[in-house]
Amino acid sequence: MNPRILPYVLILPVTLFLCLFFLYPFVLVSKQAFSTGAGFTLENFQDVTSHWKFPISFKNTLLLAAAVVPVQLALALLMATMVNGMGRGRDLVLYVWTIPLGISDLAAGIIWLAIFEQSGFLNSMLSGLGVIDKPVSFLSYQHPGVVFLAIALAEIWRATAIMLVILVAGIGLIPKEYYEAAEVFGASPWKRFWRITLPLLRPSLQTALVLRVILAFEIFAVVAALGGTLFPVLMGETYAYQFELLNGGAAAAIALIILAISIGFTLLILRILRVPKGASI
Amino acid sequence: MSEATVDAGPDDPRKAGKFVYIAAVVLLCAWVLVPLYFLLINTLSSPEAVNAFPKRFVPEFDLGSLTFFAGFEGMLVALKNSILVAAITMVMSITIGAPAGYALSRFDFKGKGLFRLLILLTRAFPLPLLALPLAVMFIRTGLDDTVFGLALVHTTLAIPFAVLITFSLFSGIPIELEEAAWTLGCTRLTAFTKVVFPLILPGITASAIFAFVISWNEVFAAAVLTIENRTLTAFLLQNLDTSPLHLKFAGGFILVVPALIFIFAVRKYLFAMWGIANR
Amino acid sequence: MAEIQIKNIAKRFGTYQALHNIDLTISDQEFMVLLGASGCGKSTLLRIIAGLETPSEGEVWIGGRRIDHLPPKDRGIAMVFQNYAVFPHLTVFENIGFGLRMQKMPNDEVTRRVERTAELMHIEQLTGRYSGELSGGQRQRVAVARALAMEPDVILMDEPLSNLDALLRLEMRAELKGVLAESNTTAIYVTHDQVEAMSLADRISVMHEGRIVQAATPVEVYRNPAERFVASFIGNPPMNFLPATPVKGGQWSVAGQMMDGPSANKALEFAIRPEDLKIADSGLTAVAKVVEPLGAHLLVTCAVEGHQFRAVLDSDLVVKPGETLTFAPLADRVRWFDPDTQKAVA
Repeated sequence: MNPRILPYVLILPVTLFLCLFFLYPFVLVSKQAFSTGAGFTLENFQDVTSHWKFPISFKNTLLLAAAVVPVQLALALLMATMVNGMGRGRDLVLYVWTIPLGISDLAAGIIWLAIFEQSGFLNSMLSGLGVIDKPVSFLSYQHPGVVFLAIALAEIWRATAIMLVILVAGIGLIPKEYYEAAEVFGASPWKRFWRITLPLLRPSLQTALVLRVILAFEIFAVVAALGGTLFPVLMGETYAYQFELLNGGAAAAIALIILAISIGFTLLILRILRVPKGASI
Repeated sequence: MSEATVDAGPDDPRKAGKFVYIAAVVLLCAWVLVPLYFLLINTLSSPEAVNAFPKRFVPEFDLGSLTFFAGFEGMLVALKNSILVAAITMVMSITIGAPAGYALSRFDFKGKGLFRLLILLTRAFPLPLLALPLAVMFIRTGLDDTVFGLALVHTTLAIPFAVLITFSLFSGIPIELEEAAWTLGCTRLTAFTKVVFPLILPGITASAIFAFVISWNEVFAAAVLTIENRTLTAFLLQNLDTSPLHLKFAGGFILVVPALIFIFAVRKYLFAMWGIANR
Repeated sequence: MAEIQIKNIAKRFGTYQALHNIDLTISDQEFMVLLGASGCGKSTLLRIIAGLETPSEGEVWIGGRRIDHLPPKDRGIAMVFQNYAVFPHLTVFENIGFGLRMQKMPNDEVTRRVERTAELMHIEQLTGRYSGELSGGQRQRVAVARALAMEPDVILMDEPLSNLDALLRLEMRAELKGVLAESNTTAIYVTHDQVEAMSLADRISVMHEGRIVQAATPVEVYRNPAERFVASFIGNPPMNFLPATPVKGGQWSVAGQMMDGPSANKALEFAIRPEDLKIADSGLTAVAKVVEPLGAHLLVTCAVEGHQFRAVLDSDLVVKPGETLTFAPLADRVRWFDPDTQKAVA
């Protein structure tokens, strides 16, 4: 076949597929959000944002992302650096650390439910140590802080692995000579991390942060499993509008709000961590 | 760096550092494994034990919970649906995605940048949200509440990864090998089947498994798009408020098992895949 | 008969012109080397002949058949790649037999030919191995054997020895020359290594910035460079150049010294190879700057009226930096170039 046409033939299926199931529904969701049946309107947005639950779920979503993502970043960086210097056992440790990568948010929620529920392992441990006499109902409205903590822990537990993988791959791309050179010039391990690893890791940090932040705004099943209605988040509201209130327009409006936040943060991360032209490895 | 620490003398201050290092590694491993162990205890205990207090910290190896799970109305169907959707997603995302990955790795063509942008965009968008309008579209086309309909959405989720991973895999095969095959009597197609495909097969398998897990784990779109034909995740989500604890834990355990196998199967490729998919 | 004719071949990558309308004829069974620095277009030209690259203009003929529109497999060529391109998932035997299998050749014939070529390349012990178990030199042998097993009309080689270490390269070079001389195929060989080119070629095409500046026998290219570029590229160290001003019919002043030369009436460049200089009582006056004893001879880098000037001298001589030397050029080895056209002037 003509080599000029061939690449287009090869990308045609994906392009068609994405047009049909990505771009087209995206247009639909925008249309739905901006209309109530007759013409362009912002009514759906006014509806959802004026609802009493919106500010709470908005705040909760952002708060959760703000609490979870930095911890994950620090943890992933720490793990990646630790793995980097490891000789024997590296593969095993990496396998263990990346297990959560394949675990769904729902399963992660259920796993942490086993710890935090009333007859769960946390209560069992605390009563075994004599700290409490009878099991505490942690995941209830009396303990909003614990609910938040449980959700945050489950998220950190589950989704640090994806950052770890991206960062380990990124560190693997940094030539060892740079470290050796820095060491010869007298840089301590700590200095080497700040002066070499971090700056050269910027492309990977970008990817990892963008991916994580976007997913953090989409948090849904972990919250459903652990907090239920105690801890409303944006994605849960979307689900509720669609199913319980059968209000597609409102669901679409929240969906677009989540999208807007995601894009905003993506651009911000790309801007902060941009690599000057020609300064990449 | 690590070798230097190993050789350190007994009084070396580095020895303390080494100890902290190992302790941290063990601690982080425990951080991942202990919650999984708790789930295992709950799964391998009788329903009574799961709901009892305080909890024992060793499993009693009772299959009561799992039997209850298997006997629960609609659960096995949901499990079957999950497997079916994930399998279709796996096949579709690779057959559709791999040619594009090949095109990206082998050709320079007008619009290549635009195409890559489209792929990256899909990865940067909260895709499950698109399930909402698709629900309407599917009702019109009769795809609503079908395994295939959901698989289409999951394929959209998995395709960016399939394209980027196969792109990096194909880029790892030197073009010289293909050119050598051409000069030795192969057409583009036979060079692909005789040379590229055998070399790429393990990597393709890994990315197929990746697609499987993406679908297997997806909750939101599954919950939005299926009503009668629930997948396991959708079924569990729907019944979170009402189902007993032992059912949740057994269900959670079944959800986790493929993840363990998946990470083990693709561990060799995990980092190579992301190393280039980064760019 | 596999005469190769390259007619008016041009190649553009976007706005970049990689090849400027090249014409070249390579006769049957000739060993042609394309020599040039990286980026000169030599590999592009080879790949156009192989069918791995499409020319922007022009035609390629092999054995009286126009082939530039055919896919590589139908051109009657075989190719040896720089990185060998030995298929990692096949054994050495299957690698060598790959092309024959593609032609649906019967099994016993494949075995016969593979065994013969493996023996020819001294790898008959390795036929059961995979490429990961071979050294670089062994992979190189497999790559050549795979090409030879096809019994092609034309064998194309793209820097096949550049990834080998120096000693191995020397050994493979001699072997390659012997094997190809017996095989009766026409060969085109791309390299940036002038020693390799000199040792292997029947004819060398020196390429520069997408053009062939000279196509001639190794001795001719060395002795009579057609352009200043060739003179400055071939030879290690390359030719010395000094500005020359005409005095009167055929008499030239070079660094204050009178010399006989062509009868032109404009400034020219005088050129002489460093080994074509003799120490004499009168001649070009030079001040030695750096003295490098290289074992077989002595390389002295000097300055002649501010111009860099190298001489290769007998290793028994003792020369100290700062010493003034007087050189007499061998008269029949002196060449002249026109600085405007860059061409040689007779």
